Amino acid sequence: MPTNPIPEPSRPPAPGHFGPYGGSFVSETLIEPLNALIESYDKLKVDPAFRAELDADLANYVGRPTPLYFAARLTREYGGARIFLKREDLNHTGAHKVNNTVGQAMLANRMGKTRIIAETGAGQHGVATATVAARLGLKCVVYMGEEDIARQSPNVFRMRLLGAEVVPVTSGSRTLKDAMNEALRDWVANVDDTFYIIGTVAGPHPYPTMVRDFQSVIGREARAQILEQTGALPDAVVACVGGGSNAIGIFHPFIDDPVRLIGVEAAGHGLETGRHSAPLTAGRSGVLHGNRTYLMQDDNGQILPTHSISAGLDYPGVGPEHAWLKDTGRAEYVSATDAEAMQGFHTLTRVEGIIPALESSHAIAHAGKLARELGPEASIIVNLSGRGDKDINTVAEREGIEL
Amino acid sequence: MNRLDATFDQLKRDRRKALVPYVTAGDPAGDDTVALLHALVEAGADVLELGVPFSDPMADGPTVALACERALAKGLRLIDVLQIVGRFRERDTQTPIVLMGYLNPIESMGYSRFAKAAAAAGVDGVLIVDLTPEEAPDVTPDLREAGLAPIFLAAPNTQEPRMRAIAQEAAGYLYYVSLKGVTGSNRLDTDEVAKRVRQLKAHISLPILVGFGIRDADTAAIVADTADGVVIGSALIQALVDRGERPAVDVARNFLAPIRAAMDAGAQTSGNAA
Repeated sequence: MPTNPIPEPSRPPAPGHFGPYGGSFVSETLIEPLNALIESYDKLKVDPAFRAELDADLANYVGRPTPLYFAARLTREYGGARIFLKREDLNHTGAHKVNNTVGQAMLANRMGKTRIIAETGAGQHGVATATVAARLGLKCVVYMGEEDIARQSPNVFRMRLLGAEVVPVTSGSRTLKDAMNEALRDWVANVDDTFYIIGTVAGPHPYPTMVRDFQSVIGREARAQILEQTGALPDAVVACVGGGSNAIGIFHPFIDDPVRLIGVEAAGHGLETGRHSAPLTAGRSGVLHGNRTYLMQDDNGQILPTHSISAGLDYPGVGPEHAWLKDTGRAEYVSATDAEAMQGFHTLTRVEGIIPALESSHAIAHAGKLARELGPEASIIVNLSGRGDKDINTVAEREGIEL
Repeated sequence: MNRLDATFDQLKRDRRKALVPYVTAGDPAGDDTVALLHALVEAGADVLELGVPFSDPMADGPTVALACERALAKGLRLIDVLQIVGRFRERDTQTPIVLMGYLNPIESMGYSRFAKAAAAAGVDGVLIVDLTPEEAPDVTPDLREAGLAPIFLAAPNTQEPRMRAIAQEAAGYLYYVSLKGVTGSNRLDTDEVAKRVRQLKAHISLPILVGFGIRDADTAAIVADTADGVVIGSALIQALVDRGERPAVDVARNFLAPIRAAMDAGAQTSGNAA
């Protein structure tokens, strides 16, 4: 495998760059709409009226703040550090995704855009987008790989109930990355009236920064809540990483604190099999979907197919800020296999009565290992990014149970 | 003088406009891409754009995207594309070749290594669709050092100050994307294109070629009236896909020849009027 050809930054880092990562790698037609988005977002993020409207929606529509819950029985089960769960599963639509779609839809509205597009893998971001589009009366088109449509039919039906048009993507591997290609093609052709709501901290500038800002509410709340409940900062914060929006959201407010930040990627069938979705652990730097970051790619720079039991982690790239946090050593990135995630899923369900999303189950699985390593004096916050109702078909199928 | 500048100088002297076909390397003819390129030159191509297949061609419509998929399924790599150029150069040392593709395969090979290998193979210019002038300073010095022209896009919504930034990084020619959309789109407003091309000429001294959405001889002739040439990709690839049992070289010649004729007739008319 060739060595990482990460170019040395030859000039002062521009906005949207995280060391050599991030940036804006798009065709020329998208530059103007991206610049318009940057300008609007820079203005609105410091506008008190916009902030107030966003905070009100997060409180009254999404249901924030979400609780920070001390999982006593899970702590005892794993036999080590105290484990606290940040309950993003209790948000409206069942995951952290809505924190971002509420913000971006509000921005779209202010920019006078009447049509929303989005990509989705498991369908959670698609549902969260269709939800806010319905609420604001905006037309909504969601691109979804044909493979994922077959795997996630309840979410497809949810989006259609919410009035969204779900467009099957039949190109490439017919999964999330191809849905993102198709959404970008749509945006290029409809830039005048269309706003593209990207669901994660990837894509061209300003998306990685903007989505991080909208998701950072998770970490701001969690930091205040742990200080209030325990009088101290946690020893570690653990979150699963696909594109990495729930992880960056909970990490960011802890970035200047003496707190370990640990991202858990999907090791799928095992890193050694090549059938996984762990670019930070087993990939190398490259350019895809508008940004430079760690990617799953072959020796010739072609993007590789990925695998994870959780469709939400099934993506060959990762947000560029994670790439930078890895290189600088500020965050650590590990991985959990499908089997380990399944164990985490069952354990949390049985001992706490909380059914976690398969994505979040990767974080639970690693928290178990970490809790034993750190011992009972320590405390850990795990971001429980979503609830697992959407996954019961996958779990049943894997375990040979007919529903 | 490099082949691109020499070709555009000659075209200017001859009062002709550039006809630039695009085909994806390795598709549809596999190893016969070399023969296909020669056929295109025989039918009147002035410059050749050769697509480097990428797994995620986000700026391309279905025709080119499928061509990429087919080429990749055959195992075509960037170094194979360079070999195709090298073999083309055995018989044609005149016609400029521009590689068109996405950044990742080039970054994966390493910019400097790619630039040297491409120049040695006989490549003249490189158009990286997802490389903006803002990100280009990491890439273009290696290209220029190897004697390759970095070719950039301008779009219908490119603002005037950016035209200057693009002009600063660009060499060879400027590729004007004729519409907001992906390659192979089908709703070209030729009056609007003519207006924008005239605007671009105020900022950029390079030849301006127009592409994305030019599908037939009539449109090509109208666009070539103001621009310095046209790029035709998706319509040509579609004709090759639909060729049935006919040899690809014949289909390519038959596709290109009437476009060449229409453009030359148009040039003649405006020449007489001038």
